[in-house]
Amino acid sequence: MFHWLEKNPFFFALAVFVTIAFAGLVEIVPNFAQQSRPLIGTTPYSTLELAGRHVYIKNSCNACHSQLIRPFKSETDRYGDYSLSGEYAYDRPFLWGSKRTGPDLMRVGNYRTTDWHENHMWDPEKVVPGTIMPAYRWMFVNNTDIDTAYAEMLTIEKFFGVPYNKPVPMKDGTTKIIKMGATLNEARMMALEEAITISHDMKNQDVIDAVALGRIPEIVALIAYMNSLK
Amino acid sequence: MENRPLEYDYSVSKLFIYNTLFVGFIGMFVGTYIAWEMAFPSLNVIFGDGAIAEYTNFSRLRVLHTDSVIYGFVLSGVWATWYYVGQRVLKVSMAESKTLMVIGKLHFWIYFASSAVIVVSLFMGITTSKEYAEFEWPLDLGITVIWLLWGASIAGLIGLRREKTLYISLWYYIATFLAVAMLHLLNNLEIPTYYASGGIGAWSHSVSMYAGTNDALVQWWFGHNAVAFVLTTPIVAIIYYFLPKESGQAIYSYKLSLLSFWGLMFIYLWAGGHHVLFSTVPDWVQTMGSVFSVILILPSWGSAINMLLTMKGEWQQVASSPIIKFMVLGSTFYMFSTLEGPIQAIKSVNAIAHFTDWIIGHVHDGALGWVGFTIIAAIYHMIPRMFKREIYSKKLMATQFWIQTLGIVLYFTSMWIAGITQGMMWRAHDEFGNLAYSFIDTVTVLHPYFIIRAVGGTLYLIGFVMFIYNIYKTMSARQVEESELQNATPMGA
Repeated sequence: MFHWLEKNPFFFALAVFVTIAFAGLVEIVPNFAQQSRPLIGTTPYSTLELAGRHVYIKNSCNACHSQLIRPFKSETDRYGDYSLSGEYAYDRPFLWGSKRTGPDLMRVGNYRTTDWHENHMWDPEKVVPGTIMPAYRWMFVNNTDIDTAYAEMLTIEKFFGVPYNKPVPMKDGTTKIIKMGATLNEARMMALEEAITISHDMKNQDVIDAVALGRIPEIVALIAYMNSLK
Repeated sequence: MENRPLEYDYSVSKLFIYNTLFVGFIGMFVGTYIAWEMAFPSLNVIFGDGAIAEYTNFSRLRVLHTDSVIYGFVLSGVWATWYYVGQRVLKVSMAESKTLMVIGKLHFWIYFASSAVIVVSLFMGITTSKEYAEFEWPLDLGITVIWLLWGASIAGLIGLRREKTLYISLWYYIATFLAVAMLHLLNNLEIPTYYASGGIGAWSHSVSMYAGTNDALVQWWFGHNAVAFVLTTPIVAIIYYFLPKESGQAIYSYKLSLLSFWGLMFIYLWAGGHHVLFSTVPDWVQTMGSVFSVILILPSWGSAINMLLTMKGEWQQVASSPIIKFMVLGSTFYMFSTLEGPIQAIKSVNAIAHFTDWIIGHVHDGALGWVGFTIIAAIYHMIPRMFKREIYSKKLMATQFWIQTLGIVLYFTSMWIAGITQGMMWRAHDEFGNLAYSFIDTVTVLHPYFIIRAVGGTLYLIGFVMFIYNIYKTMSARQVEESELQNATPMGA
């Protein structure tokens, strides 16, 4: 049989393809039939949080920080409850990372504040002596791309039914609505409102001035995203 | 006419060789630079902490390193050998078909142009974040075109072939083509948000078709097998051709080749689950990933042992020829790396190894030792035949070999120690059941190992520069070999 295949390239290629496609079919398809569903209390990202997530991705934060707490005592002691599948239901793409040059950030919103992040992103060495993380000062200058975040919200609502403007069940039995602007202008306004709230806890004068003038520096969006990780 | 050997056309192969050297240097330089950044973080802001710091920061450069080495250096090397080996094992010259020449040239130039766009876009931070699939949708389409052009070249040459039976190297090239096509298309299913939202925001942005755990599952099915089918199968294709050619020995066992090839094809794709152990993907997928990773030792070692036994009775060549040295040590690193990988895929070991530098060490003993050495050896074999000249300096080649080998050893030993140290410190508890170390303790302790690793990387880079110089001097030398070269490559002192 093998000798015959080696003289018939088409059937050879076909045999190779079937052999390699097999594992993917068995491993991936059943998992998709059972789509990953959100946990009660898991909400979609708001406009500013999603824009902050884009800042996180743009700077490859995931190259050094994981967002996956494994079910070990040492990890739950250090980072909080271990990760559950449903918590990632609105993560497109997933950001588990593959290397912890720095600590896990899955629940960083539980134990770090806006103030901490502001100091740390400006001068990490001052906040954590001995750290090898570089400063990210350009984030205090560059503007956040709110429009792309809004475009993504429209897309995921339309194609994947992400529940924006709909009540999402919370753990305490209440519901919460994550709003999405009806127009681009409304979305920009909503993001700015979120940004203003965050800038109240910040002390960098350039950032405060920028927000007052209606600009949102990347650092504000990134902090909104960090604070949402719980 | 009957007895005249075919005049093979190497013009496309040469272009890919130049690119291998060029991008190889850039990728390794960036890698070495970020290794020093981890040892001395002030290098992140070498040009100040103003606007330019964004482009010298580890986070932006890391992806440039991985992608330029994998898709620049390695793929160029693979394609350089394809446009050399393909003609020879099928007994067709590219010059016989204008169409095939056009396809080959288009293949190179579209690839070259896309690479330039990729470099710019990654510097700008345009990325999907998925490891080794960071490219946004327009580039994904470009990659698809490049891949199809390569497929057309394979199909075209096979269609015109005079030798009816496909040689082992071709099996691996075909498998590489098919598997990467499948992985690339399925992992990169994404919706461009600009078009979906009616023209809002960045034109290049897209959102993944998969969410959360599903996304992770597809990504690591891709990520693991991109390693398999870019860094393993085409390299096996290369060594199956060049080791017998250079040594003048026949492949040790056809049956072992069969077993290794079909075994590898079936088993490799299952093993992706070992990248997401203890995560939220289904437990049975994780277990399958672990189990199949261990089984994977068989076909991997099958190929490597087949290579080493091909040298049976001719081991003196390892001492006398630096090219054989590169290939034999490359195969040995393949065995080493494919034993280390399965060990790390065992769940209890993975609990310590995952997220640490041990994984980085593992990648590099495979990439520097197996992939790098095999491609370097193949180019040393091809250049004298393309330019009809002997290698400029054998001594330089031998020095390069030892410097790079030392570099690899420093690299993986330091990363083993760093990884296991950090993994053990993360999980250590004191007598009261509290965590024994804060996270920063587990970072500062790594400082000496980061320095040793950076030294190792620098040595490998120095060796690579010697390689480029040797190839350049060979190409520009005056001496010309008249006849078609047989077996052992001629080398100057």
